[in-house]
Amino acid sequence: MSVVVKIPTQLRAAAGGEAQAQIDGATVQEVLDGLFALHEELRGRIADDDGGLRRFVNVYLAGEDIRFLDGLATPVLDGAELTILPAVAGG
Amino acid sequence: MAVSHLQCKECKAEYPLEALYVCDKCFGPLEVAYEHDRATLDVAELRRRIQGGPQNIWRYADFLPTTAYGRGAPGGPLGPSGGGGSTRLCLPAGCTPLIRADRLAERLGLREVWVKNDAANPTHSFKDRVVSVAVTRARELGFETIACASTGNLANSVAAHAAALGLDSYVFIPSNLEEQKVLATGVYGTRLVGVNGNYDDVNRLCTELSAERDWAFVNINLRPYYAEGSKTLAFEIAEQLGWELPDRCVVPIASGSLFTKIARGFQEWRELGLLEGELPRMNGAQAEGCSPVASAFSAGHDVCRPVKPNTIAKSLAIGNPADGPYALDLARSTGGSVDAVSDDEIRAGIKLLAETTGVFTETAGGVTTAVLAKLAARGEIDPDERVVLVITGEGLKTLDAVRGTFETSTIEPTVEAFEAGVPAAVAV
Repeated sequence: MSVVVKIPTQLRAAAGGEAQAQIDGATVQEVLDGLFALHEELRGRIADDDGGLRRFVNVYLAGEDIRFLDGLATPVLDGAELTILPAVAGG
Repeated sequence: MAVSHLQCKECKAEYPLEALYVCDKCFGPLEVAYEHDRATLDVAELRRRIQGGPQNIWRYADFLPTTAYGRGAPGGPLGPSGGGGSTRLCLPAGCTPLIRADRLAERLGLREVWVKNDAANPTHSFKDRVVSVAVTRARELGFETIACASTGNLANSVAAHAAALGLDSYVFIPSNLEEQKVLATGVYGTRLVGVNGNYDDVNRLCTELSAERDWAFVNINLRPYYAEGSKTLAFEIAEQLGWELPDRCVVPIASGSLFTKIARGFQEWRELGLLEGELPRMNGAQAEGCSPVASAFSAGHDVCRPVKPNTIAKSLAIGNPADGPYALDLARSTGGSVDAVSDDEIRAGIKLLAETTGVFTETAGGVTTAVLAKLAARGEIDPDERVVLVITGEGLKTLDAVRGTFETSTIEPTVEAFEAGVPAAVAV
């Protein structure tokens, strides 16, 4: 499966200035691993020491927060869009 | 004291005072840091200066993150409308009443309850405090367009501030918002965008847009400044109590920002010696239909699992609360709690507050009042405590919540019809 990963502005410097990346993988975890292989510096920004997501990182698959799906184990479809965004308080 | 820099709440990395809100290094949220010159601080003089300030949030300018018009800066002393310079000549927010609520206290078996009625702001919610600060900073940074993702009250406030200042504005709301909040936004002439989705969908869209547009999204890229405005609620409560701290505050939680910033306001003044004593116990209030923070609190978790909101308290309907972890820390460290109440309890809370204080609040205030009643019923509040109930918004904005909760007598215009049709009146 090939997925488009959208990289937020705050992380683009750690991704060679790229706003998005085309990554292969069958699950969200595999896609993120592929992203980290491409841009190693992103790993520490997004993932915590246990391999989970940092608590202020939100990941959306086709607009849906992956925590409402199967989290990092969520399967991805070919051509899907994975968006990484900072958690922001609102009101 | 002066605003100094932005700092990551997680890893403490420092950033300049620009339109930034996320740490590049760890993705943690950024917060405003100040330089406290405690060595030369004269507490009595500072209190006098605050008391001599304008009747709005700018009396606390020393503790707010705007730079161009700090006291002593060009522009002269602060005028009666709160302007030390033209940037602050907008809608004056704050200095809302703190009402002693003896009848409410008596009903709940408590001794001293105060209602901080923040519906008495220009657009009838506490959001005018945060928007005033964010918009002032946005103008200092040169923005010409302001925007927000809103559950309603923020929409009203951003649209009104843009109108007052002659700025362009874009307001994004869930398309199913209460009609009153939609009307009270559109009237100001903003570009109003209803998004098919819940608040968290609106927030995600606006977070993406904020990276692509040169706009000041008050609660996204201006969020560190915006959130500071909530501290003024704490400052006012303390000043109105005669420079004393309450023992307990009951505050609604949506994102958790207001809840944590009220405590930060008290803490800043304690550190400077303006206030003495312990931080109040902080009790957070959520609706059961959107209670990620209350659920995490009762489960003993330190992070919140997001939920899909389903509650009449739409202004609190944030299923993915970014300040949730900080709200949990605060409730636990002060000996408080985060509780949730049902929609029926919310309606009963609105009625209880109205019938005992004369204050008509929106659903969020019903949540807060109902949680106070729940805490009192559980026996968690010592009868000698001084409790402050923070009411954040106006009942006229959520009229559906009270529709059908009382009966109206309809009669012919005769004394006989009145006496026959309104029996309680005869008894009087």
